Amino acid sequence: MESDPNKIIGEVTQSDYKYGFVTDIETEYAPKGLNEDTVRFISKTKNEPAFMLEFRLKAYRHWLTMKLPTWAHLDIPPIDFQDIYFYAAPKKKKQYESLDQVDPELLATFEKLGISLEEQKKLAGVAVDAVIDSISVKTTFSETLAKYGIIFCSMSEAIQHHPELVKQYLGSVVPYTDNYYASLNSAVFSDGSFCYIPKGVRCPVELSTYFRINAANTGQFERTLIVADEGAYVSYMEGCTAPRRDENQLHAAVVEIVAMKDASVKYSTVQNWYPGDKNGTGGIYNFVTKRGICKGSNSKISWTQVETGSAITWKYPSCILLGDNSVGEFYSVAVTNHHQQADTGTKMMHLGKNTKSTIISKGISAGKSNNSYRGLVRITKNASNSRNYSQCDSLLLGSTCGAHTWPYIQVENKSSIVEHEATTSKISEDQLFYCQQRGMDAESAIGLIVNGYAKEVLKQLPMEFAVEAQKLLSISLEGSVG
Amino acid sequence: MQGALKQNITKELMTGLYADHRAAIAANDYPALTARRENAIHRFEELGFPTTKLEAWKNTDLRESFAKEYAVVLKPKQDVDVQKVFRCNIPHLDTAIMGQLNGWYVSKDVPLMELGNGIIMGSLAEAMKKYPALIGVHLGRYADTNGDAFTALNTAFSQDGVFIYVPDNVKSPKPVQIINVIHNDENLFLQSRNLIVLGKNSRLSLVHCDDSYNHQPSFSNVVTEIHLGEHASLDHYKLQSLNNESTLISSVYFRMEASAKLESHYISLNGGLLRNNIRIRFNGPHGDAKIYGIYLMDRKQHIDNQVFVDHAYPDCTSGELFKGILDEHSSGVFNGHVLVERNAVRTNAYQSNKNILLTETAKVNSKPFLEIYNDDVKCSHGSTTGQLDQDAMYYLRQRGIGEDSARMLLMYAYADEVISKIAIDPLRYRIEDMVKKRLQGELQICEACVLHCNTPEQPVEFVIDMTKI
Repeated sequence: MESDPNKIIGEVTQSDYKYGFVTDIETEYAPKGLNEDTVRFISKTKNEPAFMLEFRLKAYRHWLTMKLPTWAHLDIPPIDFQDIYFYAAPKKKKQYESLDQVDPELLATFEKLGISLEEQKKLAGVAVDAVIDSISVKTTFSETLAKYGIIFCSMSEAIQHHPELVKQYLGSVVPYTDNYYASLNSAVFSDGSFCYIPKGVRCPVELSTYFRINAANTGQFERTLIVADEGAYVSYMEGCTAPRRDENQLHAAVVEIVAMKDASVKYSTVQNWYPGDKNGTGGIYNFVTKRGICKGSNSKISWTQVETGSAITWKYPSCILLGDNSVGEFYSVAVTNHHQQADTGTKMMHLGKNTKSTIISKGISAGKSNNSYRGLVRITKNASNSRNYSQCDSLLLGSTCGAHTWPYIQVENKSSIVEHEATTSKISEDQLFYCQQRGMDAESAIGLIVNGYAKEVLKQLPMEFAVEAQKLLSISLEGSVG
Repeated sequence: MQGALKQNITKELMTGLYADHRAAIAANDYPALTARRENAIHRFEELGFPTTKLEAWKNTDLRESFAKEYAVVLKPKQDVDVQKVFRCNIPHLDTAIMGQLNGWYVSKDVPLMELGNGIIMGSLAEAMKKYPALIGVHLGRYADTNGDAFTALNTAFSQDGVFIYVPDNVKSPKPVQIINVIHNDENLFLQSRNLIVLGKNSRLSLVHCDDSYNHQPSFSNVVTEIHLGEHASLDHYKLQSLNNESTLISSVYFRMEASAKLESHYISLNGGLLRNNIRIRFNGPHGDAKIYGIYLMDRKQHIDNQVFVDHAYPDCTSGELFKGILDEHSSGVFNGHVLVERNAVRTNAYQSNKNILLTETAKVNSKPFLEIYNDDVKCSHGSTTGQLDQDAMYYLRQRGIGEDSARMLLMYAYADEVISKIAIDPLRYRIEDMVKKRLQGELQICEACVLHCNTPEQPVEFVIDMTKI
């Protein structure tokens, strides 16, 4: 049966955002707008030590001197930073001993999202540090983790209980001067996750947090810091969903990873924030700075991301390969539909000798969206015998979308090898024909082909995520090509 | 001589010079051109000379070039013995030679030739006087005066250059060769402008050489506009062999009508700082453009190839292959940009950039960029940077080939992928020979122009009567 591609694309664009609901929890706001008082208010509310206030104020003062970056291939409507609540916290912020004490509405929210704490705790064996509107509500499995000496808590707790670690590592990978949004985050970040794996410890479970932007008009500014000490290993998962809103919401997070000698960190993200409706109204603005440093020799940082949401995505998870023989990896699937815009990619800075990096990026654009890969591979003079392999492919579904590739390759020594390849094309007619000939409808055929196309990245995800990511891909692209 | 004083080139100097010599510069103009000059100088004033803060100039720093002092010459020198300056001794290469000395068209007989088949070739300044209507249709129509500071400056200042017109349905019987020689006793800041027009269904082979004869620093800002009519076919060869003190900003704008076919070869053998802006726009469906580049750099040389292909119409094909070998302290830049516009369905575009670094101090910046706005396309790009294949080295050495010879053989084979695309046999043999020499470090700029080079059988006789220059 002939299927009109535009009709199918239309059907997809009309499908509702599955996670669009608002939880009715009382929220405490900082006054709207941003000035030094807001920064002081946040710091004071969170009862932070003096060094944190100083860090925030320095960042805020630096931010004032910066200009909004315009280099990305994004059409960003002007953001009024004075019209945003920079801090919102669920009002009932008691410390909970067990899940029973958690606000039942909150639990229901998680259930709708399919990540019931209870279920995860019991069945999946995953310690979840769930973040709703900036405040970490409940940390599970901390006792188990404590046995290994692993610290996994909210950033606020870490600032209270482990100030020496926070002081040592916060801003060491992404300094407060790094870029516009990182500076903003440094000044006003509300909460986030903190994770420290001590020497020689292999974290027995996959650590996970779920971010969720809830109150309307709230900028969400998380700050995540992961430190893997010598020989440690951790796999960290971050997943995001947000309810539907008509006004754009700003999200400017910073993630920092430090991997010491022989340490290995795997960071996986599934991002499914509200992308706006089919006319391009609403949706999250996602401006994220993620960076890891392989500080010691033989260390490894691996980023895996599946990006299906947000109206605007501006995100470049990067690796600084400082230690000799260190390894950086970046696996990404970015899907854009409707009027979504994504400018995403990675930076691999090879500083140490014999460093290796791999970049696999798969972009899928449909509707009227624009999907850009922007990556930098830099091999410095001292990084002899380094190796990079990059592959970034784009799949175009429909004649009104755009796919762009901006790879920057800089090589400054002779013993290194850098390879980059990229292709851009639409779904192969032959493959579609083959599948349909064997009795599959166009929709499942496309689902199959797209999943196959993204397989290289999806297989990098931890199992729990892989299942969700595959579902997300199918939801985002249900039959969107003919 | 006007403005011949040696000085640092600045925006203020150039705008000042323009204001002072406005009338002299525009002496041969038709009215629309003068108006265009005025707009261009204003645009240049707004843009200024590019710095590394601009994305397009991020990896090419002109400060060293601008640190030298140059004389801006607004009038050609007279009485040049053309026969002595321009000679080509490539065996069996039969070309119609057009000479340019220091940016000015020079000829022994007539400044503008009209051949029996309707081909017009000669000085652009002469052509502007004689064929203002023909020139007016094309000149300044393809170059990006608005966005590119050097093109704007060139549009304002340029007075002469080469003009070639091939009428509809005419196939040029032999290749045309432009030899642009820079030879002067003082540092020169040059701006010349070339216009090449190919009528419908016409055909031309064009060999365009940029050479310098001595070690005097120079700064050339050359803009070439090339129009290919429907079904026209152009074989374009750009050979660059300048001294280490020279800076060359060469901007070539190709405008391709429906079903036009272009093959362009950039062979960069020497030069202090070379910047090739290659901009191709398909102005009709079924166009086909292939751009090949080979660059062999050493010492502190710098090469920057910027290729922009605008697929504005459906069914066009473009391919880019740029290969480089970078030795000593040299640096290379490749920025490819393929834009596929919304309606340009069934586009096929390919970009490839490969680099070999021979030393720890050589470096390369590569950015093959694809910008695509429709789904019915086949686009790909690749970029590799590395060293010679160790397995291949091992294989050769195992068979008794010395390390140096093995390395030379591999480098030569690497370059051959681009050289083998040269369609004019005598030219290809010569380039092969030159690349061999270049790789052995034998080819020095004092051997003069690419096409005057030395062979054992034919020792080069290179005498310039200095009293006449």
